[in-house]
Amino acid sequence: MTLVASSIGRKVAMALSGIFLVLFLTQHFSINLLSVFSKSMFNQVSHFMGNNPVVQFILQPILIFGVLFHFVMGFVLEIKNSKSRKVKYFTYKGRANASWMSRNMIFSGIVILSFLGLHFYDFWVPEMNYKYVEVLPLDQNRYFDELVHKFVSPTRVIIYVISFIFLSLHLFHGFASSFQTVGVNNKYSVYIKKITTTFSIVVPFGFIFIAIFHHLR
Amino acid sequence: MNLTLKVWRQANSESKGKMETYQIADVSPDMSFLEMMDVLNEQLMTQGIDPIAFDHDCREGICGMCSMFINGEAHGPDRLVTTCQLHMRKFKDGDTITIEPFRARAFPVIKDLAVDRSSFDRIQQAGGFISINTSGNTQDANAIPIDKHDADKAFDAATCIGCGACVATCKNASAMLFVSAKVSQYSLLPQGKVEATDRVMNMVKQMDEEGFGNCTNTGACEVECPKGISLENIARMNREYLYASVKG
Repeated sequence: MTLVASSIGRKVAMALSGIFLVLFLTQHFSINLLSVFSKSMFNQVSHFMGNNPVVQFILQPILIFGVLFHFVMGFVLEIKNSKSRKVKYFTYKGRANASWMSRNMIFSGIVILSFLGLHFYDFWVPEMNYKYVEVLPLDQNRYFDELVHKFVSPTRVIIYVISFIFLSLHLFHGFASSFQTVGVNNKYSVYIKKITTTFSIVVPFGFIFIAIFHHLR
Repeated sequence: MNLTLKVWRQANSESKGKMETYQIADVSPDMSFLEMMDVLNEQLMTQGIDPIAFDHDCREGICGMCSMFINGEAHGPDRLVTTCQLHMRKFKDGDTITIEPFRARAFPVIKDLAVDRSSFDRIQQAGGFISINTSGNTQDANAIPIDKHDADKAFDAATCIGCGACVATCKNASAMLFVSAKVSQYSLLPQGKVEATDRVMNMVKQMDEEGFGNCTNTGACEVECPKGISLENIARMNREYLYASVKG
């Protein structure tokens, strides 16, 4: 059996794509946070990210592949796992021995996937349309206004808040779990758990803060 | 204690089972759970009802035969005990207790609460051993120095009794805690390192072929394991598997 076809191989692939997405999330959050402090700096960095060929034609496809891979593999594993117990228990006390987050990764994942659909519709589709369909002239100062415009609608802000709460729950289990999967369980694991807790609170709630901040401006 | 028991009844592996409700009176809090089941079976037989089939053997927590899923948990609500070590004092008078077999595709029901766990045997046969001659020319145990920490970890892993509570409790019916314990108990010791690569590859292959689910690190297995086998073993197995895959 090859590594990719084995249960452990698939889990490791899932974990590595998760770690990759955590790194992307950190980068995304750092850039978004700039919008709170400096309009010009946010515009500058966004323009670089939106027009640099390395980012656009190498990193962006890798990111899209990483996102798709994580979701597809997540569903593949979920289907396989659900087949592993055909007859369900009459009484199953999952909360007695495992956290809600760890037992509902597919549920929080589906919420995040739905949010990504909205996020692509909000930002990625208009961006692709601007640059490659309508081929409008470069404008280094448009990014901040486009961002703020999206957060005018309270409905959209509420959807963002709910989605990021689910992202937080997903990360609470997923971040530390990915290290366990790749074989890291030692005296440093306690620090990984602390970093997991900090990251799972700071980044999603940071995104929530940014959305509410621009809505209230 | 007077109790209501909801028990899974299934005539054989082919038939469709269902939950049946029984009343049992005058249960002593000092009884073990299996003794309570014995009393129930005597009661059923006097009523002309087929007694409930369930696995048991040593009744002292070391054989790994007893395998009930009680009130939604493998081996019941107590921690670090098997069903035979679970006592009725953990329940209250008037309680309703649900009793089901360990459920997994790889653990088909034989009858009632008895399940076929021979998939574990096949995983063991695939690599859970060391190929050394132990007949007559055994080396002195102290001739090979072993780090105390490694020896302790290997011993901890070796306490796995193969009861299958990890599979039963895992929401994915994953056997990784069991397999990782068996991998670890050998790979931590010098005698087991020789075949470490083949062992982990073969045992994981067999585990996958048996139809167990995949580990999602919920940690439920570690909590419900009557021997307290640690998740650290799964991380070790994953490391060894990756190393073995790369090494080829």
